[in-house]
Amino acid sequence: MSIQLSHFTAAITFSFFASIVFGITQRTTRDEMIRYGAKCFAYFVAGTVVASWAMWVIKH
Amino acid sequence: MSKSKADAIFPEQQQSTMAVIAPVVGWLVPGAGHLIQRRWIRGSLLMICVIAMFALGVLMEGKVYGLNGGDLLDMLGFVGDLGAGCLYFVTRLMDWGHGAIQLASADYGTKFIIVAGLLNVISAVDAYDIAIGKKE
Repeated sequence: MSIQLSHFTAAITFSFFASIVFGITQRTTRDEMIRYGAKCFAYFVAGTVVASWAMWVIKH
Repeated sequence: MSKSKADAIFPEQQQSTMAVIAPVVGWLVPGAGHLIQRRWIRGSLLMICVIAMFALGVLMEGKVYGLNGGDLLDMLGFVGDLGAGCLYFVTRLMDWGHGAIQLASADYGTKFIIVAGLLNVISAVDAYDIAIGKKE
């Protein structure tokens, strides 16, 4: 059995799991963990979109 | 030894034992370092995240690096993969993770597997911090 994710889905899945682990391990209280995890996820997604557009611009 | 002295010593011994056990167990089984310290939600979330990332990586036909890659980057990949503990050993034992180079998603799979291992190392260090009382 194998699965094939698109580039975007793979990046979002990666961001989701990594953000949860970052949130739990890098902060001490529950609220801080949730806030930091959400912030990491937002940065990951924003970075993905920016990098995608940058690559599009370089190509064209 | 008086009771008050025993009370003062045993928690410290327990803490130092946990400081050794928690990171080792946390490395071998993702999230277990938190679970044995009764951090149920954190431990479960870490377990789900690391196992899901590793499993997705294998399902995407990512490569699992062996000890003798013969290349510096392969060795670094091996170190990252090894961070996943039991997941790595099971994968090697089952002879999974050969890496399908013809698939673009297989390269993502390889990265998923490495990062799952590295995230597990961070989790094990966090379990150690909890065990020594540096973190709640």
